[in-house]
Amino acid sequence: MMAMDQTLGILFQLCQSLLVVMLAPLLMGWVGQCRAWLQNRSGPGLLQPYRSLRKLFHKDAVLAHNASPLFRATPYILFGCMWLAAAIIPIIAVDLPFSPAADVIALVGVFALARVFISLAAMDIGTAFGSLGARREMLVSFLAEPALLMVFFTSSLISHSTQLPHIVDTFAHHEFVLYPSLAFAGLAFVIVLLAENARIPVDNPSTHLELTMVHEAMILEYSARHLALVEWASSLKLLAYISIGIALFLPHGIAEVGNWGALPLAIAALLTKLALAGAGLALLETFLAKMRIFRVPEFLGTAFLLAVLGLLIHFLLGA
Amino acid sequence: MNALDILPLDVAGVVILLWLAFGLFGLALHRTPQLITRIIFPLGALGALALAGTGLWALDAAPDVAVLPLGLPDLPLHLRLDPLAAFFLILLGGASFGVSLFSAGYFRSMAGNTLGLLCLEYHVFLASMALVLLADDAYMFMVAWETMALSSYFLVTTDHHVPDIRKAGFLYLLVAHVGAIGILLSFGVIQGGHGIGAYTFAAMREAHLSAFWSSIAFLLALFGFGAKAGVLPLHVWLPEAHPAAPSPISALMSGVMLKTAIYGILRVTFDLLGTQLWWWGVLALALGLITAVFGVMFAAVQGDMKRLLAYSSIENIGLLLVGIGLTIIFHAYGKDALAALSLTAALYHSLNHAFFKSLLFIGTGSILHATGERNMGRLGGLIRKMPWAAALMLIGVLSISGLPPFNGFVSEWLLLQAFLLSPGLPNSYINMLIPVAAAVIALAAALAAYVMVKFYGIIFLGQHREKALEHAHDAGTWERTGLGWLALGCVALGLAPVFVIRQLDPVTQMLVGQGLGNSTSNWLFLAPVDVERASYSPVYFLLAVLGVMLVTLLAVRHFYHGRLRRGPAWDCGFPAQTARMQDTAEGFGQPIRRIFEPFFKIESELPSAFDTHPRYHGRSDDRIWFALYLPVKHITEKLSSWVSLLQHGRIHLYLTYTFATLLVLLAFV
Repeated sequence: MMAMDQTLGILFQLCQSLLVVMLAPLLMGWVGQCRAWLQNRSGPGLLQPYRSLRKLFHKDAVLAHNASPLFRATPYILFGCMWLAAAIIPIIAVDLPFSPAADVIALVGVFALARVFISLAAMDIGTAFGSLGARREMLVSFLAEPALLMVFFTSSLISHSTQLPHIVDTFAHHEFVLYPSLAFAGLAFVIVLLAENARIPVDNPSTHLELTMVHEAMILEYSARHLALVEWASSLKLLAYISIGIALFLPHGIAEVGNWGALPLAIAALLTKLALAGAGLALLETFLAKMRIFRVPEFLGTAFLLAVLGLLIHFLLGA
Repeated sequence: MNALDILPLDVAGVVILLWLAFGLFGLALHRTPQLITRIIFPLGALGALALAGTGLWALDAAPDVAVLPLGLPDLPLHLRLDPLAAFFLILLGGASFGVSLFSAGYFRSMAGNTLGLLCLEYHVFLASMALVLLADDAYMFMVAWETMALSSYFLVTTDHHVPDIRKAGFLYLLVAHVGAIGILLSFGVIQGGHGIGAYTFAAMREAHLSAFWSSIAFLLALFGFGAKAGVLPLHVWLPEAHPAAPSPISALMSGVMLKTAIYGILRVTFDLLGTQLWWWGVLALALGLITAVFGVMFAAVQGDMKRLLAYSSIENIGLLLVGIGLTIIFHAYGKDALAALSLTAALYHSLNHAFFKSLLFIGTGSILHATGERNMGRLGGLIRKMPWAAALMLIGVLSISGLPPFNGFVSEWLLLQAFLLSPGLPNSYINMLIPVAAAVIALAAALAAYVMVKFYGIIFLGQHREKALEHAHDAGTWERTGLGWLALGCVALGLAPVFVIRQLDPVTQMLVGQGLGNSTSNWLFLAPVDVERASYSPVYFLLAVLGVMLVTLLAVRHFYHGRLRRGPAWDCGFPAQTARMQDTAEGFGQPIRRIFEPFFKIESELPSAFDTHPRYHGRSDDRIWFALYLPVKHITEKLSSWVSLLQHGRIHLYLTYTFATLLVLLAFV
């Protein structure tokens, strides 16, 4: 029975891994389509990201003369890290056999690893925009990362665990309490999500003005399959972040341990939540304007303070 | 005595004697510098490895005591090898093995006379650090401590013909001695006037001090050892001394010598003083947090690569102090399991820092050799000229940034877990304080990644900022071996945390009476409390990322193609790209300077739009230097000028003073 359970678990882990990697570009397409609708455009359609990826994979890669092996390896490292992150977040069921390998602190570490590599790769060619992007990315992250960690801390303190499946299990199945600390944490998390995924108001994913770029400035020198992997990794990162948000703040509907019958319902619930979150993101991006880069530290500082406040409230009220 | 009776302490003693002998041989061989670099330094490295092995062996063994027939009459010297000393011997041996191997290549072009002297000082330095760890009485400890300070002072001032280096050396010596006074006084307080026999640590352990006196002893020790470790505000010597010293020496000082101060704090707090008060922990925690954030903030704005690393050492010492502070708090409230967790984090981080900081410092040595440049603004693109050094230092950079699956992440993870477990404390104020402290730790860790991206990106990536870098050469074989050993240490400590923690068990058992190692049965999963609570598996993590990368690579090649063309950099089609358009070290640190402006004393000179020879000049200085050190310096100068009023250099005047003193004394009698 144990062995059977384990095989099932591994099978399930593989299924979720494949599902997230296939679903991620669709989420990007959905957000883009919602934005287009909100802005009174017809939009490129939901499948546009897949078409772009296919086109990029077919092209010949062009590499700068002075590109080092680090530059060539980074897209793969990035893709590997983001896939791993998206694969270990419990979104359909809470028993993922691979989850104990990396708890929430390690999850923050995975994101940091990917970020350090893409920043280094951006500096590798030695162009003005590359190092500008790297510097801004690190600026955004050094405030966003501790905020994210504090959000995780708040939920860990409530659930007495830093294991995501355990946290989700606590919130989804055992307690139906409204936590004021989680409200603050949630607000902080939304800001971090916007900043880390290079969305408006911190960065503009569709900008064409190099001087305002952050993420796009870093990947200017990538082409073809490398660019495709970087883009795919970005969509996986967005999916991972939204999944974390769902897992921490709206886990209801997720299947319990060993309850395979609840899976179809859980998948339906997940798809609905993802669609709603994507639409919400598009709505936020439509309402907000991009801010100057020197306003960003204040914006993220707010997130950091909100997250710490959430933690303090947890200690004060015990909730 | 037959072979089976050899104890770890004997082996350690032999290694120390051998080191001293090697140093003397080096001095004697100054006419044949090749022999010194090719034979003496590698032999010294083997001694270091033997010492590390001895430490590993002594961790589980019962404490081992020896009384040397040396020292003053009736004051023999005592040595003791217990788990705490053994752990730091492993740290010393492990890190200095790599540094000594590197030195064999690094000093090859040095003139014979200087090299002979340096070889002596180097090995005396190593031996004195080992003796500091083994000393079991205050007398022995202070002798070893001062030998360590003096030998490192001479090493720092190897290039003594440069005035700035002499100045840096003097500052170091001054702070070291002010600290030594604190340590000596602390021992004096613990000894508590129990007569001449009470100077051994064994007697001090028996001295039951009142809360007041043990607090005084703790504060003095914190001050004294803090001066050596670089705890705020006694940190000023680090950013001066490290760039002045030759790179392997910086590596030893930062990687190992700072840890002897951490050892001292642990020895006094947990071993010599029987009880701990909770507010000591709060003090250490607060000092540690301030030191950590200060260090990393200043590291971000440095342009000199060794200064940057020196400030980063200050940050790491801050983190260590946070771990120690948490341990004191937990232990004072009787939560020994938690104390064991945070102490493990602190010890683990000491070991990690010894490896990655030594790696980075000797790496800067290779860069210095290849380019003759310490200023990052004149480097760049070295990854193409020095692929070995670049690859090995990348491991160090990733480790120090606290990224999985490398070693820096493990200790950070353990420390954060200790914070997460804190809510059980009975003191509600501390419970409130701790989340804020955790937030500050997270901020410092994230800033450390910023600093390291700057460090690596500016030095190794991009285009050469100077023409001369075209001729840079990679590190030699010996240098590569040294770098490789330390990089290997970083990877191994990152991948096998469960094994390391099991080895740390005797140390935590000894200091706080509880260990962590038995709670983890599976060596793949690090789970200090229980698996439900938290776990991390670096091996699975690494395998998963590598596996996904491989599958992706194969899939892309299989379904599409691997065609590749080389061309000029695109950069949005901007023509006339020059190396000057990249970020400089100052440019990369500019956001930090802007955000944390109040903490820096900034001097900058900007050209106007119409300058024909535009010149930019900027400096960010430490406010503490101006607010604290300069006034102290002025007061000292004032006082000494008053004292010098008495001094005229004429003998009859001095005889008059003597006569007057005698008269005054007679009046009392």
